[in-house]
Amino acid sequence: MAELFRQDLTTGVGRSLKHDSADKHVSGEAVYIDDRLEFPNQLHVYARLSDRAHARIVSVDTGPCYAIPGVRIVITHHDIPGLKDIGPLLPGDPLLAIDKVEFVGQPVLAVAACDLETARTAAMAAIIEYEDLEPVLDVVQALRDKHFVLDSHTHRRGDSATALTSAPHRLQGSLHIGGQEHFYLETQISSVMPTEDGGMIVYCSTQNPTEVQKLVAEVLDVPMNKIVVDMRRMGGGFGGKETQAASPACLCAVVARLTGQPAKMRLPRVEDMLMTGKRHPFYIEYDVGFDDRGRLHGINFDLAGNCGCSPDLSASIVDRAMFHADNAYYLGDATIHGHRCKTNTASNTAYRGFGGPQGMVAIEEVMDHIARHLALDPLAVRKVNYYGKTERNVTHYHQTVEHNMLEEMTAELEASSDYAERRESIRRFNAGSPVLKKGLALTPVKFGISFTASFLNQAGALIHIYTDGSIHLNHGGTEMGQGLNTKVAQVVAEVFQVDFRRIQITATNTDKVPNTSPTAASSGADLNGKAAQNAAEILKRRLVEFAARHYRITEEDVEFRNGHVRLREEIISFEALVQQAYFGQVSLSSTGFYRTPKIYYDRSLARGRPFYYFAFGAACVEVIIDTLTGEYKMLRTDILHDVGASLNPAIDIGQVEGGFIQGMGWLTTEELVWNAKGRLMTNSPAGYKIPAVADMPLDLRVKLVENRKNPEDTVFHSKAVGEPPFMLGIAAWCAIKDAVASLADYRVQPRIDAPATPERVLWGCEQMRQAQAVRPPALDMETVPQ
Amino acid sequence: MIQFLVNQELRSEHALDPNMTVLQYLREHLGKPGTKEGCASGDCGACTVVVGERVTDQQGQESLRYRSINSCLTFVCSLHGKQLISVEGLKHQGQLHSVQQAMADCHGSQCGFCTSGFVMSLFALQKNSDGPDLHQAQEALAGNLCRCTGYRPILDAARQSCRQPCRDQFDEQQAQIIARLKAIAPQQTGELNSGDKRCLVPLTLDDLAELYEAHPEARLLAGGTDLALEVTQQHKTLPVMIHVSQVAELKRVDRTDTHLEIGAATPLTDCYAALNEQYPDFGALLHRFASLQIRNQGTLGGNIGNASPIGDSPPLLIALDACIVLRQGERQRILALEDYFIDYRITARQEGEFIEKVLVPLANDAWTFRAYKVSKRLDDDISAVCAAFNLRIEDGTVSGARVAFGGMAAIAKRARHCEDALLGKPWNAATLEQACEALAEDFTPLSDFRASKEYRLLTAQNLLRKYFIELQTPHIETRVTAYV
Repeated sequence: MAELFRQDLTTGVGRSLKHDSADKHVSGEAVYIDDRLEFPNQLHVYARLSDRAHARIVSVDTGPCYAIPGVRIVITHHDIPGLKDIGPLLPGDPLLAIDKVEFVGQPVLAVAACDLETARTAAMAAIIEYEDLEPVLDVVQALRDKHFVLDSHTHRRGDSATALTSAPHRLQGSLHIGGQEHFYLETQISSVMPTEDGGMIVYCSTQNPTEVQKLVAEVLDVPMNKIVVDMRRMGGGFGGKETQAASPACLCAVVARLTGQPAKMRLPRVEDMLMTGKRHPFYIEYDVGFDDRGRLHGINFDLAGNCGCSPDLSASIVDRAMFHADNAYYLGDATIHGHRCKTNTASNTAYRGFGGPQGMVAIEEVMDHIARHLALDPLAVRKVNYYGKTERNVTHYHQTVEHNMLEEMTAELEASSDYAERRESIRRFNAGSPVLKKGLALTPVKFGISFTASFLNQAGALIHIYTDGSIHLNHGGTEMGQGLNTKVAQVVAEVFQVDFRRIQITATNTDKVPNTSPTAASSGADLNGKAAQNAAEILKRRLVEFAARHYRITEEDVEFRNGHVRLREEIISFEALVQQAYFGQVSLSSTGFYRTPKIYYDRSLARGRPFYYFAFGAACVEVIIDTLTGEYKMLRTDILHDVGASLNPAIDIGQVEGGFIQGMGWLTTEELVWNAKGRLMTNSPAGYKIPAVADMPLDLRVKLVENRKNPEDTVFHSKAVGEPPFMLGIAAWCAIKDAVASLADYRVQPRIDAPATPERVLWGCEQMRQAQAVRPPALDMETVPQ
Repeated sequence: MIQFLVNQELRSEHALDPNMTVLQYLREHLGKPGTKEGCASGDCGACTVVVGERVTDQQGQESLRYRSINSCLTFVCSLHGKQLISVEGLKHQGQLHSVQQAMADCHGSQCGFCTSGFVMSLFALQKNSDGPDLHQAQEALAGNLCRCTGYRPILDAARQSCRQPCRDQFDEQQAQIIARLKAIAPQQTGELNSGDKRCLVPLTLDDLAELYEAHPEARLLAGGTDLALEVTQQHKTLPVMIHVSQVAELKRVDRTDTHLEIGAATPLTDCYAALNEQYPDFGALLHRFASLQIRNQGTLGGNIGNASPIGDSPPLLIALDACIVLRQGERQRILALEDYFIDYRITARQEGEFIEKVLVPLANDAWTFRAYKVSKRLDDDISAVCAAFNLRIEDGTVSGARVAFGGMAAIAKRARHCEDALLGKPWNAATLEQACEALAEDFTPLSDFRASKEYRLLTAQNLLRKYFIELQTPHIETRVTAYV
């Protein structure tokens, strides 16, 4: 025992443990909602979706649905017992359409039947008569017409108008940034079981169990205490299950209430893609003034988010785009307007980065544009604009950027990626390669950590220690693959100094930890890790106090280490102490709570400290493009990313790599295309192309910044890692533009909206050739005899 | 009745719904939920399972061959006489299989929903690999989407899985499984019949011809990778199907003095070696044709028979002057493939007629064949434009020209104006530009979510320019796929 006591715990924080469910994932034993054993009387729910972008509903005839054998009930908005709108903050999202439809894919009615196919057949049999109304499908039109879901908002520092007029150089431009389908592999799903007292148990694949609990209670018109939401794991979330998971849960709850039978709703892929919102597409306009070195004097930005048909979370999402329109740069005098445009498309929602990536793409476009204009290396322009350490370090929302690591990180990455040398070898390659061209870009990431709605920065946890020394852990965060449960369990293991395997991870459940915030904004481990640490420390304190009392020693004589406890000289096992504490009538269960310190923000003044700290990263990407077809391939990616003192390096690297590839996908092959009638045409993986294995860079080198604890008092001084690496993908987009720009000797900014599909890349090449008045390469070559 | 093994368990089915997919069968019928539905359209790989079947090598030695397939696009009747291996079948005596262990060790799972599909693809890769090979691994995994990891840890798991041969329960039980499969080897036309729907599974070409003549309303099911979409995506019912993949004559690849003769039901995977040997560009394109799961199921005849304007093999085959043998009852006729496609999804196939084989001329040094596929994503994507050029250039003059495109019209077709602009002309830049301009007369492509009509036309022209560059100045790099 003494020997074990002297050894280090190998499963605490900082260890690269595998995901707690890894063995179950690989064996197919991990249970997702659709895999749960079902009651024989369970109903399957299918919603009939609007096929109109904007129309008045003249009539709905559900009679024909009942002609299909196996149909149990058909519901429209009339059948909803309580509130009919499930908008998370503001109304605008009717559970089932009332009088009008506002996008193709909006649920109008739902059928519950013995199986999914029957429910679908019946739902399609309903007769819905529409009177078409004029839809708004174009974000620019919505911007010009001030067709908004919410009022515009402005961040301002200094007098940008004067700065622009007096700057030595001035450029204007605009850019479209595409949206992004979450493409979680597990589509939206809920399964609901009626209980006594008019209650429900809701199994829902959601990042926000409390919100689902609240909305289910509201649509049923019962208090929240009747509803329990249980969430073990999601098959991916990425923000798409923050608000959008509620609709299937609420539809099932209404069906379960009306029939007394359990009900399940799993969206087939196409329905999921039509029904649910995505990352906001943005339209950007900028006007920038700068000096000969490319340093900004001032900038005006108009960031127009395409919110779709309702507010959903667009207030905060467009705000976050505005907060990140500086990325890593001191903007000078800046005026940033954020607009929330209303279009007749599915209501756009949270997606990894939450508007931040769009703001950062905007400023990175500006950096490239300045570089091309001044014939400078884009990296030089970026570096000259970095926030300073002691001056030029206040953002346009008046938060001081502290502990900024980008200068050192950029220097390290520049060196480790051989940036300068490769820049030269790429020039040589391009000079000798008329068809294929290479491009290179190194871009930084600075991402603010905290919910900008400050009250959400709170979390709870619950820990029980049983008499055999086994530990039951519950917290308010949700597991969507990011390894949150693993990290939180490592935190608890560390506090108690017990093996990770002693801790049972349990489903997030609203009757264990109430009033939780969504697992979003990269906050999962920061908030829930701290709350669990708090609960564990409370219990540990009780054990220490008990031991000191029991053994008549001082509290300093009690030391927990590697599954054991030292009591001055004596060493006993953790479970022995737990048993003694139980007999000593010590409570072995505790909640824990955490709220983020230091943050405040006054939106009316657009001023404050919305972020507890910033996470930093940088990526260097080399790409090769085909100037005849626009096809491309990422050749090499070097990443240096800051996670503070990592709770679990393997999991953090997984987030960094996965985030980079997802961000790259957003800006390259993932294109959302709607037709003229507002129907999403890329509504399945046959047409919507997320990165596949060959899209991975040939050479991928990922490194976490070492020996840099988060200076703030976060959980074991780690940093959030969910969202920040997503924006490393911007380097891929900039590298493509760099390759295209090589066609015009890097003097012309290619107009390549995001995503840079092969088509857009080819048009970029054509733009360069026109600028240079050169023809495609085949024409320049003399015929060589065979 | 049809019989097959599910992992180690013998299943005999006769009244099962023939429109039921293997995915539904596993999850809903057998209560094995390890296999996941991600899209039900064969595009994500979450539903990947492995099918083991008996094969005999040239020495007459029998073994089992394992191939990954999409269970969401496979009807149960396709399992007739085979072993279906699902993720539940890998763990043995409480121990993870080596590919499962590799995925867990390498942090290859995050949300885990795609994982069982990856595990099955890795299992098939391990069974077919003789050592770690990045290209093999990429090929094996191109049909599996992961939204979380970015793939690096999964490729690490592939490397670990293939590093050393790992004897598993499947190796140990091979003789026994072969014997069990032999015992259930189909002896006569099989059938699934649920009353309102039926699927017939003939064993010989003559039986097939006879059955199809008797049931011309039947849908012919080969790999099913396109047909099954009518059930899973369009929610249609297929009341009568004839499954052709048990007909050995339809799965032969023979080489005559002049042609490759490829049975229509030969999976694309099995067409690869012969086509690649004759036409490396055909082989290269097959690598990017859908995914390995699809190629393991989908057939060359099916890719022709469904007459899709964006099928990738027809433009290549047309440029190569391939023919097809059509059969009806006892009657056979040979038709040039370019004459088979008439208009959008309309073909020269008559009622009761089916494609028996595809005749592809052997490579001829006088002609230079190249093929190009352009799509948004390099892997597992449908072409925006697919081009095939086959020119004979003698003494600097174009003396033969076959140019065909997919994605440019309602059918895969030849670019006659372009060919005319080339024929008899000196092979030079001026001719090339005239031929490029002529392409605008050949095609009026459509705009859709894959590409605009302007992009399609310019890309088609640029691919001809690229062909020219490749022939004239072979040292110049022209393909980003060389870097994959």
